[in-house]
Amino acid sequence: MNVQRSTLIFAWMLLLPAVLYVVVIVAYPLLDTFILSFTDASLKKTTNWVGWVNYEKIFNTTFAEVIIRTFVWTFFSVAIKMIIGVFGACMLNAAVPGRALFRVLTMPPWIVPMAIGIFMWGWMYNGQFGMISGVLQNWGIIDGPIAFLAHGSTAFWATIITDVWIGVPLVTLYMLAAMQAVPQDLYEAAWTDGAGRFYRFRRITLPLLIPSLITMSMLSLIATFNSFDIIWILTQGGPNGETTTMIIDTYRTAIGSKKYGEGAARAVLICIFLSIFCLAYFRVTSRLSAGESNR
Amino acid sequence: MSTQPAMINRYRWYELVSIYAGIFLFLTFILAPFIEGFLVSLKPLGLLFSSPYKFWPENGSFAAYRTMWISVPGFARYIFNSFFISIIVTAIVLVLVVPASYAFARFTFRGSGLLLGAFLAVNMFSGAVLLIPLFRLMRTFGVLNTYFAMIVPGVAFLIPSAIWLLRTYMMRIPRELDEAAFVDGASHFYTLRRVILPIAMPGITVVAITTFIGSYAQQFIFALTFNSKTEYMPLPVGLFAYFGRQEVIWNELMAASFVGITPAIIVIFFLQRYLVSGLTAGAVKQ
Repeated sequence: MNVQRSTLIFAWMLLLPAVLYVVVIVAYPLLDTFILSFTDASLKKTTNWVGWVNYEKIFNTTFAEVIIRTFVWTFFSVAIKMIIGVFGACMLNAAVPGRALFRVLTMPPWIVPMAIGIFMWGWMYNGQFGMISGVLQNWGIIDGPIAFLAHGSTAFWATIITDVWIGVPLVTLYMLAAMQAVPQDLYEAAWTDGAGRFYRFRRITLPLLIPSLITMSMLSLIATFNSFDIIWILTQGGPNGETTTMIIDTYRTAIGSKKYGEGAARAVLICIFLSIFCLAYFRVTSRLSAGESNR
Repeated sequence: MSTQPAMINRYRWYELVSIYAGIFLFLTFILAPFIEGFLVSLKPLGLLFSSPYKFWPENGSFAAYRTMWISVPGFARYIFNSFFISIIVTAIVLVLVVPASYAFARFTFRGSGLLLGAFLAVNMFSGAVLLIPLFRLMRTFGVLNTYFAMIVPGVAFLIPSAIWLLRTYMMRIPRELDEAAFVDGASHFYTLRRVILPIAMPGITVVAITTFIGSYAQQFIFALTFNSKTEYMPLPVGLFAYFGRQEVIWNELMAASFVGITPAIIVIFFLQRYLVSGLTAGAVKQ
């Protein structure tokens, strides 16, 4: 009994510094956001309790549009990330010479400072001098220059593509690792039975990949929903707010206009969505791992 | 793994061609911005702003790599700041995470699963969501416009994945080692310091590398919001110095970007084995 008690104390001693840190830097601010969202906090000296006013304001403005836009933006970004990531993983999984090098070459977007990659995309999207518009013109696909970040619809997709570019390496390497965890004897058995490469992929790789696919899409969903740097550096939410997602809108309200209270209400809404995603993620992953052990 | 490619892995010529074509397509998407960025850094500014678009630089030179230090004299300082912040962040994360991961890997007690879940849940919030209270908190601590304004929040968001990675690694260390030490009369703390830590060193190294890279890559929002002093700016925010009032000095911006990227690239080439294993350790169920 005594031994167990000292073990418990030891375990908590080890955990305490990390727990305290996260409580002060994450949990307390979370609580503070919640409280702030019911006040009119701003640069003014005094702060008043205003009840639900900030939330009512949110739904009186175009925020519903922002919410929908955020979901559409996130959906396409995650979907494209998964498609390109799985495609890349399949290619890199092939036993061809040079694959070690190809794997290394996949990593840069994930590893270099995000802002730098975004600057490079910003230049590529430039209408007059950028690569994409330039090359498309040289190939005769488009007639005149297109400034991708200057028009709402193209800016929307441009920010998605850049977000995809930054997220793809992680998805690729994760899916690659999942593919390599598939037992080799399954393939060999199928091969002995005369199954072709495509058949093996469809009937062995793909079904065994589905848990990883679900896990990764949900992780990617949470990360993408939070995406800030890309849109902020490329368009700051413009033109005409066509790339304003919930995070960008919150930042603008809170830090740009210094309306802390209204910003906090928006942040609370984001937290609610994120918590739903997170709960779903835990549910799904625990069910997946339960299914695994039952098999 | 095997010296000879197994029969199953033999490709017909058209399969090989399509695989390489696929890889080429994929890597073009991944690397295009870097290639374009590098070519831009070689072009003189006048040539950059001329249509029609030319992919290859005519009379290109490395001049921008020299002039970038003159246009923005603080650039070396920005790189130093980025390194300094990342190193301190990594050190703090390790101090917090190594004992915590050991506790999660070895001891189960009431609420330990829930606590681990709570740590992982931190991952779902980006700094952007908590920016307002964090700003107030940093102001209360009196660290706005110092290195700590970027270090303190940075650490918190790197803790979850570090704990997850290191816990996975430590669970693979046989329990018998702890028990043997315990039978010999070693205290818990002694066991951790003298038995577990030396064995866990490779895992700790991986966590240190991924944390450093994460911190180096993600310095933006806190630096943008909590610090306005030029002398403390890290690279990503410092690069905005190349955005002049009239126009952006694109060739120098790209040259500076490549100089700033170099450390990350060096890390990739020398430590990529650790990175991939680090990334995938928590990812795939063993």
